[in-house]
Amino acid sequence: MELTVNGEVRISQAANVAELLKEELEEGHSQRGIAVALNGQVVPRAEWQNARISKGDRVEIVRALPGG
Amino acid sequence: MADVTVFDDPLVVAGETFRSRLWIGTAGYPNQKVLLDSVRASRAEMVTMSIRRVSLAGQGFDTVRLLKDYKFLPNTAGCETARDAILTAELAREALETNWIKLEVIGDRETLYPDVQELLKATEELIARGFTVLPYCNDDPVVCQRLADLGAAAVMPMGSLIGSGMGVANPANIELICRRSPVPVVVDAGIGTASDAVIAMELGAAAVLLNTAVAKAADPVRMAAAMGHAVEAGRLAYLAGRIPRRGRAEPSSPQLGLVGS
Repeated sequence: MELTVNGEVRISQAANVAELLKEELEEGHSQRGIAVALNGQVVPRAEWQNARISKGDRVEIVRALPGG
Repeated sequence: MADVTVFDDPLVVAGETFRSRLWIGTAGYPNQKVLLDSVRASRAEMVTMSIRRVSLAGQGFDTVRLLKDYKFLPNTAGCETARDAILTAELAREALETNWIKLEVIGDRETLYPDVQELLKATEELIARGFTVLPYCNDDPVVCQRLADLGAAAVMPMGSLIGSGMGVANPANIELICRRSPVPVVVDAGIGTASDAVIAMELGAAAVLLNTAVAKAADPVRMAAAMGHAVEAGRLAYLAGRIPRRGRAEPSSPQLGLVGS
């Protein structure tokens, strides 16, 4: 299934946000400071398991980094 | 004698109390240890963070864990529209579990000047969505007033261009803004060295937000300590009230009983 993740086209098997994060993040990546938006709407951490992903979805996966 | 310290004079923003009037950025330090040592040396209680897309190139170091004892102030740095800034703020709220946001909406990539129209729009919308909004803005009293009218928790006018180290370019404007503002004024951007932070505070700023001046100093930890002292010195001098300037000498020692004839 084709998705857009952080502006790039991806082929993914993920059924929900939690599974997509497993595909996208390095193994052992801390989940602190991570946030996800699905088609422009933020998905709260507690909903990652339930938030279903469909073909053509636009997903943003971000993290907190040093900043000024 | 009682201790004279700024601890008698806490900063209150949106109902939260800070003992330190220095807010410090976390970007551009030589390494993680220098970052942590600098934040500690500055005695700041709040640190700014950015929100960026996860990179497949790797996660880098975990700043969130490193600075877990500090209050996070995420920013929307780099956003050029209210729409992008609002989504970034929403993501920041989820990522860092805070509804505080340093709102930056940039109108020009070369000067990093705010886009006032988009800034006002984003401020209004984010307040409606329950954020505590701290907008980075022009050193313009009318813009600052509009932001306060919309419900900004503080206004953060620029001292001078971001990262420029030019200090407070227009002290008359900053003083005017501080005198009239119904909300705390945080001078943000442009600070180059400790004396710049002192000047901002002497002009009446409630706090100073800086990053590059410390991160890029030859010795960031020392400069961070200097900035901590500078905001305290400037605040105390502001509260104490300076003497008027005069164009001639005024002896400070008694004029009677001089030795000799």
